[in-house]
Amino acid sequence: MTALPPTTAKKLGLVIDLDICVGCHACVINCKEWNTSNYGAPLSDQDAYGANPSGTFLNRIHTYEVKQDAKPAQIVHFPKSCLHCEDAPCVTVCPTGASYKRVEDGIVLVNESDCIGCGLCAWACPYGARELDAKEGVMKKCTLCVDRIYNENLPEIDREPACVRTCPANARHFGDFADPDSAVSRMSAERGGMRLMPEQGTKPVNRYLPPRPKADIQTSGDIDILAPFLEPVADTPKGLLGWLDKALEAL
Amino acid sequence: MHPAASVIIFTSLSGLGFGLLAFLGLGLPNVSGWSAFAFFFIAFALSVGGLLASTFHLGNPQRALKAFSQWRTSWLSREGVVAVAALLVMGLYAALSIFLDIRITALGWLGSALSITTVYCTAMIYGQLKTVPRWNMGVTPILFLLYALAGGALLATQLRLALLLLVALTITQILTWIRGDISFATAGHSIETATGLGHLGKVRLLESPHSGENYLTREMVHIVGRKHALKLRIIATFCLGLIPIAMLAFFNLDHISALLVVILHIIGLFVARWLFFAEAEHVVGLYYDAR
Repeated sequence: MTALPPTTAKKLGLVIDLDICVGCHACVINCKEWNTSNYGAPLSDQDAYGANPSGTFLNRIHTYEVKQDAKPAQIVHFPKSCLHCEDAPCVTVCPTGASYKRVEDGIVLVNESDCIGCGLCAWACPYGARELDAKEGVMKKCTLCVDRIYNENLPEIDREPACVRTCPANARHFGDFADPDSAVSRMSAERGGMRLMPEQGTKPVNRYLPPRPKADIQTSGDIDILAPFLEPVADTPKGLLGWLDKALEAL
Repeated sequence: MHPAASVIIFTSLSGLGFGLLAFLGLGLPNVSGWSAFAFFFIAFALSVGGLLASTFHLGNPQRALKAFSQWRTSWLSREGVVAVAALLVMGLYAALSIFLDIRITALGWLGSALSITTVYCTAMIYGQLKTVPRWNMGVTPILFLLYALAGGALLATQLRLALLLLVALTITQILTWIRGDISFATAGHSIETATGLGHLGKVRLLESPHSGENYLTREMVHIVGRKHALKLRIIATFCLGLIPIAMLAFFNLDHISALLVVILHIIGLFVARWLFFAEAEHVVGLYYDAR
């Protein structure tokens, strides 16, 4: 039934650190790789090598420029995938019961064999987290790699979502937000983890850590702030180099 | 939102069909025999045709029966359940009155109520979506009901009632457009709230996640075509409302001119319904710096 559970035992989700993400898109690639070859219908591409390629992705990285008057612009890479909302509007609009939120861990999933591909859940999602696969005609979304996190065939270190496992900068973290002592809960509390578009009332589980404020660097004038670091460290060479230096000076 | 032909045909035709059924259930007009057959045939053709059109945009229409299961939470499911109930009740009512000349008033009233409820459910599929502020207004179901009732009254040849309903519809439609134009701003959504980066300064998209289009931009970030929105609003107002109102108020209509009024109204309805989708801005567009 597409009614939302009043509460879930765990609230599994991601913390995404906008201060750290370098926008390399590795998580996008690993997400696509894992999810096209494991649970559910593959993530198809259309016209992949043609003039107008497009395809289904469960995770996409936007890049924003944030600008304050009289200050240099700041670039923020912004990964976006399903936020596994507590009050998920995509679940309740589903006419077939294909969309559901799991009572045990709060993961929002689609039962593809029940999905008629009407697309209403994608309309109901404010975040663009759901994409209808053009080939299979079923709704695809982030499963929080439900087929990895409980998968005992994988080494323990790999039992986390593909995007988290692959992030070379450690900008993505996976954990249980229902536990106030979990790493993700503490990280979110310390850094003021935010929920996207709170005015929609969806109560997303995933949190975004805002970029830390930039140090106010003096940019006017022609002083190169890195110059001091480029000064020679040893100006009186010793040992072999010292002898060479002296010998060459004497020539 | 992408104005797909299937949803425009679905909402327009099924609205008209159920509007007509609502009047036929009340015995307006009071017809029997072949005349009743003709009225019911038009009503069922429109309502069933519209509902069938809605299945054209499904990715897996062979599973459509499953959509009747979630009526407790989903307006789309409710719409399916109530529509089938309305068609069954009105089908029985029609068969009895056409072939046996028996009219069960209570059955007709029930069918009428179910037909109206169907239109309300259709409207709520769109009206419930907080992600599309232009649709998420209390006036959306009122507008859909007025479209169904005004069109239904025209088709049922209840011309005096049709005149009143067309006036109400035209005024409501114009007010809905005006109110809709500020709905996005009123809801308080911006690229700053979408990204949560507002406290750092003015946000703009520097680079899109990919070089091309995707499902989201095709489906929900439809900007092309809004260029002529004002002209289309004027055309719709004249076709669906002003000209039919003038013709009903000042002329004695024969069959041909009545048909002309109906055709004009339907053209206006299609234009207005196209605008309903094409002008609707989805909040996901904020992430793409485009709505």
